[in-house]
Amino acid sequence: MKRAIKFTRRNIRRTPFQAIAASMVMLLTFLALQAFIILAAGSQTALRYFESKPQVIAFFKEGTTNQDVTAIENALKQEIRVTNIKFVSKEDALQIYREKNKNDPTLLELVTASILPASLEVSTKDPQDLAPIADILKREPVISEVIVPEDVVATLTSITRIIRYTGGATVGFLMVFATLVIIMIISFKIRIKRTEIEIMRLLGASPGFVRTPFILEGMFYGVTGAVLAWIINYSLLWYFTPFLQGYLEDVKLLPVNLLFMLTLLGGSLVVACLVGAIGSFAAVRRYLKI
Amino acid sequence: MINFKSVSKKFGSNLALDNITLEIKQGEFVFIVGPCGAGKSTLLKILTRENLPTSGKIMVGNVDITKIKDSDVPKFRRKVGVVFQDFKLLDDRTVFEQVALTLEVQGKSDKEIQKAVEHTLKLVEIWDKRNLFPKQLSGGEAQRTAIARAIVGKPDIVLADEPTGDLDLKTAWGVIQLLNEINSWGTVILMATHNQEIVNTLKKRVVVLKQGKIVKDSKEGKYE
Repeated sequence: MKRAIKFTRRNIRRTPFQAIAASMVMLLTFLALQAFIILAAGSQTALRYFESKPQVIAFFKEGTTNQDVTAIENALKQEIRVTNIKFVSKEDALQIYREKNKNDPTLLELVTASILPASLEVSTKDPQDLAPIADILKREPVISEVIVPEDVVATLTSITRIIRYTGGATVGFLMVFATLVIIMIISFKIRIKRTEIEIMRLLGASPGFVRTPFILEGMFYGVTGAVLAWIINYSLLWYFTPFLQGYLEDVKLLPVNLLFMLTLLGGSLVVACLVGAIGSFAAVRRYLKI
Repeated sequence: MINFKSVSKKFGSNLALDNITLEIKQGEFVFIVGPCGAGKSTLLKILTRENLPTSGKIMVGNVDITKIKDSDVPKFRRKVGVVFQDFKLLDDRTVFEQVALTLEVQGKSDKEIQKAVEHTLKLVEIWDKRNLFPKQLSGGEAQRTAIARAIVGKPDIVLADEPTGDLDLKTAWGVIQLLNEINSWGTVILMATHNQEIVNTLKKRVVVLKQGKIVKDSKEGKYE
């Protein structure tokens, strides 16, 4: 194996432009692949965030008593579709309002707890359960208004589904593309090295001795592309984190989890090795007759 | 050492070797001569197992090389050194690396390779050229490199297919003297050539092929 690595290193070093071109193609493939995975994971996290948020908010009329609230809470607790109920008093509402507008003293002066309504935030297991829960709440005479942010969740669900399907298809396509690129590059290398292969055969090289450097070379291009793509993706995410955080507000997506990125790197390396090995093995089987 | 028994080789309808029977003993130097298309190269290619005969048997030592398994061919080829007319050196390797390749494919250690290559390059008198690439070598130096590559693994047989074909007479003689020296250690040399002067001066065994048949086989023979 030591000698195979030495031969691989020499093959790569003595054809640097081919090696750069091959690594660049693999870089582009893995750049797109990792970007899709990051996007899919991000949208999934965002969806989970929205699904876990209090999805139905019911505002109480002025003069609602604690008994009325407790009665509604007890009724909702009987519902298996409900996962969480949170009562927000007028004082809590004022606290939230102050926190959100702490940089604008004018707005803080104008508002007191008495003008803010108390509310009930109800979470459900499934976004599809939002509408029936909202209907139950709307029937309560002490409730003045019910807000159902189901459209956000529905849109996000559909976006996530699209990302998942198109991402899956694109990743599949890119895998096939990357494998074909490796087959093309390695078969080209086999062609230009046919004299060397012929000499090695006549000197008594075993088929494994001749083939292994080509397979390692394919794996090297895959691994180089994957690592460079990961560095670029991670750098871009890092660079844009402050900018994106402003848009994402409470959704805890950024800064991106290091463990997730390391897992992505590990996964990419495994895929890169597999794609490199399968591609070069196919090229060797097809074009290297020993 | 080498025993061809009724060996024939057909390429389509063309009979390249026709019922060849030939025995070569340990330590012999044999010239294979004949016009183009006589079957000289085919004979050598069968000995390296690049081609299989259509019929017949070829014994090398106690082994019938027509019967050995494909997986055992590399091991057999390590016993046979090959030298070509066009040298077949690799453009991107130095003289040292060309010769080291023989031992690398045999799985020798770096230390063994260093020692054996140094010894062989000194023997063929191109040690001072060890860091040069083929384009920087003269024809004679290139052929010496090819010979060094063929003999560094200490093969029992060296096959030389027109090794002086691309060389001027003076350089060719240097190569022949080197092959003669290698032969003096007991290595069988089988050399296909057109060079009458070399054959006639060296006075070794001459096997004349014509249209795939042995038409003459004489000790200390001549090429007419």
